[in-house]
Amino acid sequence: MNFARPILILVAALLAVFAETQLNLPERLLAVRIHLLPAIVVFAALRSGLGMLTLTAAIGGLWLDSLSANPLGVSAIPLILAGVLMRHFDSMLLRDLPYAQFMLGAGAAAMLFFVSLGILLSVHLEPVIGWATLWQGAVSSLGTGALTPLVFFVLDRIDRALTYQPAPESSFRQDREIKRGRT
Amino acid sequence: MSRRTQYIAIAAVIALMLVLLKLPGDVSSRLKLAVSSVFLPLFGLTGSANRLTDATGNALLPKSEVLAQNEKLREEVNGLRVATQQTAEVFRENERLRQLVGWQRQLPWKTRAARVMSRDPANWWRSVQIDLGTSQSMRPNLAVISTDGLVGKISSCGDNRSIVLLLGDPTLRVSALIQETRDHGIIMAGSSGSPGSEFIDLGFLSRSSQLKAGQAVITSGDGGVFPKGIVVGRVVDSRTVGYGLSIEARVKLAADLGKLEQVWVILE
Repeated sequence: MNFARPILILVAALLAVFAETQLNLPERLLAVRIHLLPAIVVFAALRSGLGMLTLTAAIGGLWLDSLSANPLGVSAIPLILAGVLMRHFDSMLLRDLPYAQFMLGAGAAAMLFFVSLGILLSVHLEPVIGWATLWQGAVSSLGTGALTPLVFFVLDRIDRALTYQPAPESSFRQDREIKRGRT
Repeated sequence: MSRRTQYIAIAAVIALMLVLLKLPGDVSSRLKLAVSSVFLPLFGLTGSANRLTDATGNALLPKSEVLAQNEKLREEVNGLRVATQQTAEVFRENERLRQLVGWQRQLPWKTRAARVMSRDPANWWRSVQIDLGTSQSMRPNLAVISTDGLVGKISSCGDNRSIVLLLGDPTLRVSALIQETRDHGIIMAGSSGSPGSEFIDLGFLSRSSQLKAGQAVITSGDGGVFPKGIVVGRVVDSRTVGYGLSIEARVKLAADLGKLEQVWVILE
């Protein structure tokens, strides 16, 4: 079994969460934090199995919550749900089109934003919310959506470099070979 | 593995997340620090990279620029020396008067510098992690300041890092007063609902308060967490709330919480 892809996805999730805690340019410009993790989860959903998807969403969500004031587990639940939904409608998705990737990334980010907020409110926590929250949800989703095709582009290239590619099929078939001369 | 088994496994993972969600606060924060320790090498790498960038920048700085900066800093130091002499005299006078009246002595703050390691990735909380922990005598509820004013307080500590709740986080309330009028109030999260906002609310002010834009807001020292006299910000405007029972003022924070790189923890 080739472990390159699972390792690549987990390392990408780790770096994505770390980048979210270090880069504050989007927050300074738009008063919004843009998440990269949903884009990685979309990649895991479309390029690997259900097990890898669940692992990425669960571990990535826990990493995200560990660096945040969120209770542990808040981010993992919406990410798993988003991933499972994508796997469920797998056959209907045009996975290689940037537009489809944008929509899936935006959808996963919106799910992460609003479902997490719903969970927080249901466990009687008091996050900072107001009218600005709608703006944050919309911009955060669109921002993640815009980054998703880029994530696919980069990870696909790294994946291609790390894994064995299938040998190109030749038109030559031994049983169809015309033997010349006397046998 | 069949699809049904896979869905059962996913349901088990979601159930586990729900259990984690309901863990007691103390266990949850310890678990969080354990989970986030996976990022320590990356934090170390970022710190080293920052130091290297600074060192390279310093090495590349032209000598004329260094000399100009040196001259400017020398002037600033001289100015501060004069100001310190004046302050020391006022401090001594204050001590004598306190002794005469029989008030308790006010001790100067003992601080420790810390570097901001990371910011909260969620859109609805205001917190940062700093590179000091229990090994460096940190503990929850210590006040954290910047050169401009109050920043927040430590909420939980690991061995070598702590989480600092910033002003404007809904779970952080600070007793404060208007410096000119001595009206007391409580600092709360801003009503804008944006964690990146530089404004917070000073609520529960008496309805007879004479508020004006530009008045300074400082900590009152009530509650024992924040020492008295730390600058919080300045009043921008005010409105009557609670059917005219009290006044709420919008306060512009003195410290820019979005640009924090170094902070000081008040130990005593």
